[in-house]
Amino acid sequence: MTFNAAALLLLIAGLALIGWIAGRARSNLLAGRAQAKLHSRPQYHGWYVALWLFAPAALFLAVWSAVSPGLITNDVLASEAAKSLPAFGFERGAILSDARNVAQGRQEAVRIPAAAPLVAPYADATHRYAWIGIGAMLALALAGGLYAFTRIKPDFRARTRVEKIVMLVLLLASLVAILTTFGIVLSLLFESIRFFRLVSPTELLFGTNWAPTSGAPQDDTFGGIPLFWGTILIGAIIAMIVAIPIGMMTAVYLTQYAAPRVRRWVKPLLEILAGVPTVVYGYFAALTVAPALREFAVMLGIPNASTESALAAGIVMGVMIIPFVSSMADDSINAVPQAMRDGSLALGATPNETIRQVLIPAALPGVMGGILLAVSRAIGETMIVVMAAGLSANMTANPFASVTTVTAQIVKLLTGDQEFDSAKTLAAFALGLVLFVVTLLLNIVALRIVKKYREAYE
Amino acid sequence: MTQEDLTITDPKMTAHNVNVFYGEKQAINDVSIDVGTELVTAFIGPSGCGKSTFLRSLNRMNDTVAGAKVTGKISLDGEDIYAPSMDVVQLRARVGMVFQKPNPFPKSIYDNVAYGPRIHGLAPNKSDLDGIVEKALHRAGLWDEVKDRLQESGTALSGGQQQRLCIARAIAVDPEVVLMDEPCSALDPIATAKIEELIHELRGKFAIVIVTHNMQQAARVSQRTAFFHLGTLVEYGKTTDIFTNPKQERTKDYITGRYG
Repeated sequence: MTFNAAALLLLIAGLALIGWIAGRARSNLLAGRAQAKLHSRPQYHGWYVALWLFAPAALFLAVWSAVSPGLITNDVLASEAAKSLPAFGFERGAILSDARNVAQGRQEAVRIPAAAPLVAPYADATHRYAWIGIGAMLALALAGGLYAFTRIKPDFRARTRVEKIVMLVLLLASLVAILTTFGIVLSLLFESIRFFRLVSPTELLFGTNWAPTSGAPQDDTFGGIPLFWGTILIGAIIAMIVAIPIGMMTAVYLTQYAAPRVRRWVKPLLEILAGVPTVVYGYFAALTVAPALREFAVMLGIPNASTESALAAGIVMGVMIIPFVSSMADDSINAVPQAMRDGSLALGATPNETIRQVLIPAALPGVMGGILLAVSRAIGETMIVVMAAGLSANMTANPFASVTTVTAQIVKLLTGDQEFDSAKTLAAFALGLVLFVVTLLLNIVALRIVKKYREAYE
Repeated sequence: MTQEDLTITDPKMTAHNVNVFYGEKQAINDVSIDVGTELVTAFIGPSGCGKSTFLRSLNRMNDTVAGAKVTGKISLDGEDIYAPSMDVVQLRARVGMVFQKPNPFPKSIYDNVAYGPRIHGLAPNKSDLDGIVEKALHRAGLWDEVKDRLQESGTALSGGQQQRLCIARAIAVDPEVVLMDEPCSALDPIATAKIEELIHELRGKFAIVIVTHNMQQAARVSQRTAFFHLGTLVEYGKTTDIFTNPKQERTKDYITGRYG
């Protein structure tokens, strides 16, 4: 007899179902007999009973699953057979887990002879605690169910209570994402602090030489500027040179000129473009765009032309961002009131003049917000740069040369066999923190701009 | 409609058997009307009677509505405005429009007024443009209120000032006709009185057509009144006649407040 949490969860879920049926039936019965009007519909009474039955028992199950292995081990250690165990260390742990595996049926026979006498106490303790746990859980479930069941009366406000619980569940669900973000930030922060004990923040932020794996640890340098430059060159310069004009023109066409039928087709197609996995863009950049650009550069006689170029990564990233920019611009242009457009047309302005002189200036704050969001996405983008931009940290403005980015270096630092306490591994966390702070700031600024702009027309 | 009411000898705009359709739905049914050069013409009628639709067909603003179609003939100085040879951009420069809700551009007061003259190339240099802007703001009765803050945003003005700014913007391109689509419906009584005063002053400089819900306003500002009902023109004549001695039963019922 072992404590199988999944099966027990199923068991109490079944009990809860019975509770639901019973609660509903009882409220129906009461309503019928007393000829009174029920405050809540019968199914709310059912839910009330089911929740009281399920929630405390499930909570106990969770706690018990976490606590009982410790209790079992304590029991075993208190037994006669445990006296001969080594006091500390790896061997003691190995013997105990060997015995546990045999006792709980995960293993046919002991691998370490010293574990054999412990199997019986383990089996005993496991058995005992399983029964205690199951018994306590069932008692809790029944007590909860009975408590709720006896409270059912025609005027009992089951609906308010159930709704409160539902609200609580929704609140918890929304907290999951927030708490996770918080946890991620904390872990980034702690690892970064460890890194900054080894390397000063000024070196990372302002140093110009990036050589984290030069071989001898004392020669490693962590100057982040070449990475930041590469990130900006690819994500904020080249990608935006591609994405902003094309995205804007797309938005202008779709909002002002396209027939409704064209718009109906083109918009979803653009959204599909936004749904292409970035790794696919990565192949495209590495296998198609980059070699073509290199040949082009060689033809022009540009030195240092590499198959891994900033331009290839930047252009493909720009294409990836186009739907993002165009949909933000589309929303902003659509948010400009029709009256504004009419006012301009009524003055004898052509549609073109109206777009250039009224609509785009009026939509500009929203478009700017969209562009900042796009930049923040581009600098956090990983797959394309890993596959197409290269890993050599060059400080160059030559777009045909190979550069590297923050994200590409994080991947490089964390892949393969690494010790988690060396500066070069911890550097990945520090870089992640820098990236996180920058994109967070960009997002905050962008959302503020967008929000302010929305208010202006409401 | 009886022809002898019309004493307009030199109409600025004429409409002849005009129908307007929005897709399948007919919004205007066989309307014929003359708009006098030196007169203010008011279009009145209950909501949904088609008066705004008809107004918008006078400068082809209905073109921007998908599915809108106009039949019949509307002419400006005898020229068919729906003829293929008519350029809609030039037409709208000659027939300006002021809308129901003030719609200044999110630009400075100066740039709002200068917008039209700039796109039509009316001012060869900066001082000419300054002159045009000042004159338009004077005519719109706004100059004294804004002369010290021409570079502030037009959207920062009060509702009444915004509407007068829109009027200044419309008359800055020196149109021949100014169409006003319920220009006071979003304004308080004091701002409304200012706009009405302004209409009086502009009369004679431009042919003015005003759509209004407010019958007293029509009586105060106009010399000719057209009463629309269910997409047809019920009665058109001198404003005094329409309000004191309507010939049609429906007109009488409407102006005495029996429906609308």
